[in-house]
Amino acid sequence: MKREIWKGSEAIAEAAIRAGCRGFFGYPITPQNEIPEYMSHKMPQAGGVFVQAESEVAAINMVYGASSSGIRAMTSSSSPGVSLKQEGISYMVGAQLPAVIVNVMRGGPGLGSIQPAQGDYFQATRGGGNGDYRTPVLAPANLQETVDLMQEAFDIADQYRIPVMFLADGLIGQMMEPIVWNEHQQRTLSEKTWAASGRGDRAHNNFITSLFIDASSCEAENANLSAKYAEIEKNECRWEELLLEDAEVVLVAYGTPARIAQTVAEKLRKQGIKAGVFRPITLWPFPYSRLKEIAAMDSTKIFLDIEMSTGQMLDDVNLAVAERKPVRFYGRSGGMIPTVAEVEKAARDAYREVK
Amino acid sequence: MTTIYKKSKGLQNNELHYCPGCGHGIIHKLIAEVMVEMDAVGTTIGVCPVGCSVFAGNYFACDMVEAAHGRAPAVATAIKRTHPNQPVFTYQGDGDLASIGAAEIVHAAMRGEKFTTIFVNNAIYGMTGGQMAPTTLIGQRATTAPSGRTKEQAGMPMRVAEMLATLDGLVYAERVCVTDIPHLNKAKKAIKRAFEKQMAGEGFTFVEILASCPTNWGMDTLEANKWLMENMASYYPLGVIKETEVR
Repeated sequence: MKREIWKGSEAIAEAAIRAGCRGFFGYPITPQNEIPEYMSHKMPQAGGVFVQAESEVAAINMVYGASSSGIRAMTSSSSPGVSLKQEGISYMVGAQLPAVIVNVMRGGPGLGSIQPAQGDYFQATRGGGNGDYRTPVLAPANLQETVDLMQEAFDIADQYRIPVMFLADGLIGQMMEPIVWNEHQQRTLSEKTWAASGRGDRAHNNFITSLFIDASSCEAENANLSAKYAEIEKNECRWEELLLEDAEVVLVAYGTPARIAQTVAEKLRKQGIKAGVFRPITLWPFPYSRLKEIAAMDSTKIFLDIEMSTGQMLDDVNLAVAERKPVRFYGRSGGMIPTVAEVEKAARDAYREVK
Repeated sequence: MTTIYKKSKGLQNNELHYCPGCGHGIIHKLIAEVMVEMDAVGTTIGVCPVGCSVFAGNYFACDMVEAAHGRAPAVATAIKRTHPNQPVFTYQGDGDLASIGAAEIVHAAMRGEKFTTIFVNNAIYGMTGGQMAPTTLIGQRATTAPSGRTKEQAGMPMRVAEMLATLDGLVYAERVCVTDIPHLNKAKKAIKRAFEKQMAGEGFTFVEILASCPTNWGMDTLEANKWLMENMASYYPLGVIKETEVR
């Protein structure tokens, strides 16, 4: 297969078009501006719609409208912009509308920095909008995985009628790497008979809404949604394991820090320290069960959670490990990227505690 | 026996929840009749607001989408761009459109989005219980302006149709009211004109409809309509605000 060098943000955009996205609505924010720029050029060529919205709030609501009318739609932004989209994301979950929302994370809180970070983990996995809701969160670690996961992101969105968060950090958006455009098999999906695309000869009108004004019907709707979340937890959990069979030090990381963790684990192995990496690919659903099994393994002595934030995924790691083994943390934030040397030292320190 | 009047086929057979004397029911009927006359119930996609008409999807017979507060123009933008040959309209109140959704309506008009906005101006927040709107008149009492709105505290009421008419993307704006049969007929004509110009691909079309809110104004129906004509119609003049020639 032919390998091509692509820049992350442009690869995200191209992968979305190849996955059948025909509506892009966005507002510029660093570090992901290549996505709307690419879309403005390529989306009309693909027969789709591109609108530069007046705000992130309008952009996500355009996605809401496009998705309501039956097409695959997406938006992209970076951390402060995604904060503004949270209203729309909550509404889309409530109205059961599929879409893909790309967050190329930068430092925060507030205006923060424009360098890569992972401080939006809580927002992505816990929901920053109102109400009881969940959104599947996909977190690729390299560009090949980024383009491969995009088809899955749209398929999961359509299959479950739910917005999917595509969570990358600034490095994924800005780096260049070789990728292969693999042929993807789209899931078998049902027709969007629910869409508000014009009533035609239908006996009833389709009304897309998240309003259930009667408390008991709102609770019933939440029960329906919860059943859907349970299905997603059962079917869509993804992770990757590296050198874990006999690992004593288990490095847990997602996205770019997982690649640093991989380098560190391979380095430590050469020095006789049994290290391995556990990398969640879906942050929600989080792979609790598998991490729990790893925590129960005799060989596992200690965990080290590595993030480009001050310890957000750490909560989920602690939930999974449940004090079966010690969990340590190393993180940089605000746009600082952990170095191999820093992570290696943290891993050695952790190992020393249990040896 | 000959049936001379019946519910429009553009409406579902559901009971309206609106207060006695409220203009929404009449305005729904006018839009529904326009859809039927244009043979467009099967193709039209409507977007309803947050506010009193939040249930509009239960009343209109066409496909409907419920938008977040103020966001209907953004939602309609994408729907119309996705289905450029079908009529699309937003139905919005003054809190939704002139306050929280001011940016969305301004930019949809600026871009010349080819949908129609039906803007129901009753100078007050209805559903939340009578708070001040951007359109509340000077001296008019509201639960958040207990002594009446003052210019010093809250600025002057917003003339939305005139404001949007400054934007080139808007090709038609008319202000009407639904206080009596002659005005009601004019209102329907304006709605139809807006839909026709939309479908001709000319640009954004806007109909502002002055309507009474007897419940939150604290008046009976007749008194409310009289107050509307005497007070609202003088600050918000009726008639065509802007109509461009076909490009």
